[in-house]
Amino acid sequence: MAHEIKRKHILSVLVRNRPGVLARVAGLFSRRGYNIESLAVGTTENPELSRMTIVVEGDDVILEQISKQLYKLIDVFKVFDFSEAESVDRELVLIKVASSKETRSEIMQIVDIFRARIVDVSENSITIEATGDDAKVVAIEQMVRKFGIKEVARTGVISLARGMEKE
Amino acid sequence: MKIPGALALLKSLKEEGVDVIFGYPGGTVLPIYDEIYKSKLIRHILVRHEQGAAHAADGYARTTGKVGVCLATSGPGATNLVTGIATAHMDSVPIVAITGQVATSLLGKDSFQEADISGITLPIVKHSYIIKNAEEIPAVVKEAFYIARTGRPGPVLIDIPKDMQVKEIDYKYPDKVELASYKPNYHGHPKQISLAVKAISKAKKPILYVGGGAIISGADKEIFELADKHFIPVVTTLLGKGAFPESHHLSLGMLGMHGTAYANYAITECDLLIAIGARFDDRVTGRIDCFAPHADIIHIDIDPAEIGKNVRVTIPIVGDIKNVLQAILKKLSQKVKEEAWSSMIENWKTKHPLKYNQNGKIKPQYVIEQIHEITRGEAIIATEVGQHQMWAAQYYKFDKPRAWVTSGGLGTMGYGFPASIGAQVGNPDKIVFNIAGDGSIQMNIQEMATAVQNKLPVKIAIINNTYLGMVRQWQQLLYERRYSQTHLSGNPDFVKLADAYGAAGIRIKKVDEVRPAIEESLKITDRPTVLDFIVEEEENVFPFVPAGQAINEMLID
Repeated sequence: MAHEIKRKHILSVLVRNRPGVLARVAGLFSRRGYNIESLAVGTTENPELSRMTIVVEGDDVILEQISKQLYKLIDVFKVFDFSEAESVDRELVLIKVASSKETRSEIMQIVDIFRARIVDVSENSITIEATGDDAKVVAIEQMVRKFGIKEVARTGVISLARGMEKE
Repeated sequence: MKIPGALALLKSLKEEGVDVIFGYPGGTVLPIYDEIYKSKLIRHILVRHEQGAAHAADGYARTTGKVGVCLATSGPGATNLVTGIATAHMDSVPIVAITGQVATSLLGKDSFQEADISGITLPIVKHSYIIKNAEEIPAVVKEAFYIARTGRPGPVLIDIPKDMQVKEIDYKYPDKVELASYKPNYHGHPKQISLAVKAISKAKKPILYVGGGAIISGADKEIFELADKHFIPVVTTLLGKGAFPESHHLSLGMLGMHGTAYANYAITECDLLIAIGARFDDRVTGRIDCFAPHADIIHIDIDPAEIGKNVRVTIPIVGDIKNVLQAILKKLSQKVKEEAWSSMIENWKTKHPLKYNQNGKIKPQYVIEQIHEITRGEAIIATEVGQHQMWAAQYYKFDKPRAWVTSGGLGTMGYGFPASIGAQVGNPDKIVFNIAGDGSIQMNIQEMATAVQNKLPVKIAIINNTYLGMVRQWQQLLYERRYSQTHLSGNPDFVKLADAYGAAGIRIKKVDEVRPAIEESLKITDRPTVLDFIVEEEENVFPFVPAGQAINEMLID
């Protein structure tokens, strides 16, 4: 059945900006066995509200339960499930790549092509900062893999709905 | 006028209609207890273990419909509330648990009797608060009670650091609560209601599957009309007992793992299952793909997350049960009695009644039946957990709601006795029985002192078979009689124990002693009475649906 296919869902959850809310949401996911792939949270245009962007994998039935369970939390205002077509998704990644005199310019060319930036350089490493959707982040990681990746830090995706639909 | 946070707390509780708190003092609640003493605003029942306070608040809430309140100190006092809070959470009982906390300057430093009770209870509360600013105490109390009692009720925790209890504030009780993120839906969607009306009209084999939500909603009148007027038989869950009179001919009793055979057969054969405030729990459904396999399902519940959680639902209706049923009844035209369905059910009832054999040693079922008869089915019955709980569910029939107090979702041994204390405090003019096993009663036996101190004439009927009965039954039927750690040798003499506490105690060893003992206990009105019924040791609860099987594949004996 179509509704039984597992796929990645990006949930954008508007919550009260209070201590402990993150713990409640994360706890809800962990105790029900829903695996969080990534989670990013920050304030919004309204200081009372924070937005949590959570990437979770599951089929439609699981997603419906997740959404309903989230609404049961007193601190949750609204839950949006963005499928790829309806939202703008961005993630920031920092990649520390091993480098040498010989490989430095090739790395810099890749950085240029991806319109990424070099934010740190040393004798044997270069740290790249890149923003983009999931596909772009994965692609740049693949391209620099052959040089040797020392460390990676990803923020997790954040999303907003396309267009001017009022929440 | 400036008053300390602790007094503001008590005044706020009074505003919410609280007239009793169940609690146990300690270091970080000294300011609150001082105000309890000085202000004389609210009655306080001193328990002997904080778990008893939580269960008492729960039993009080279930039998009165009000929000129960328990109070404990920080650290171990708070953690002792956890089982009681989880019990209330699973059965959707409105309680507010107030815990002291170390002073804000000591927080997070592994201070003496510090525990992150807010973190510990995150998954088992409906909501919780830590007071960081004493000024917010009145608003937090108002919000906490609002959340506890509305929508799908549940426990709410308020953690108050000691310095917040002492800090002086300008006390003002807010007029209203504004929670933009919490808006339960009380009225069913008209389209869904029309669909339900159509389905009910068409159904040839309809059945009402009624759960605890019906009692919370106070919908017994509507359920009666729907069943009685339109000839629809009724099964109830463990927590739905009392929502529909069990003496009515349309009542099929309880369904599920230890439900009646005729209830389980009826569910399996029905063509329309009307689920009212019930959640398709695994003790009810058995193998879920065999549950009501021929039926369309209407599911009425105030909690949208329950709908579609365990089974596919044909007609979901989110709303308060009373409202939704009233709307349905307005539109539903008189149904004709389905003779074929009625005969099928009568046939099952005749062929597979609940049965037991009272010969030889006292049988637990006999004890329950006598208690029922002598109290005319009008007592409040609080049970512990196990075989005795199932027999009480099978043999004590209720015609009215809010007299049946039992831990369904969590199945907490040790719940019943303190819950019966809470029920007695909330209903001083009613007869209250705690039906217990010899295992369960020892889990909160210390509350005997609470009952004696407060002159609460609870009758504790111990179904004493010197075994952890339900586990022994499973070991007998499924583990070839390997009774691992279930024989409770070393039990105390319960009559001597009652006497040691200053309570009354009667031992019953012969069948003809059963009725006189019960009658005797009803005459004792100033202290609790222990009735130690020595019963058949290896009696089993039947019917029994082993785990993983369909509910119509019962072991009948």
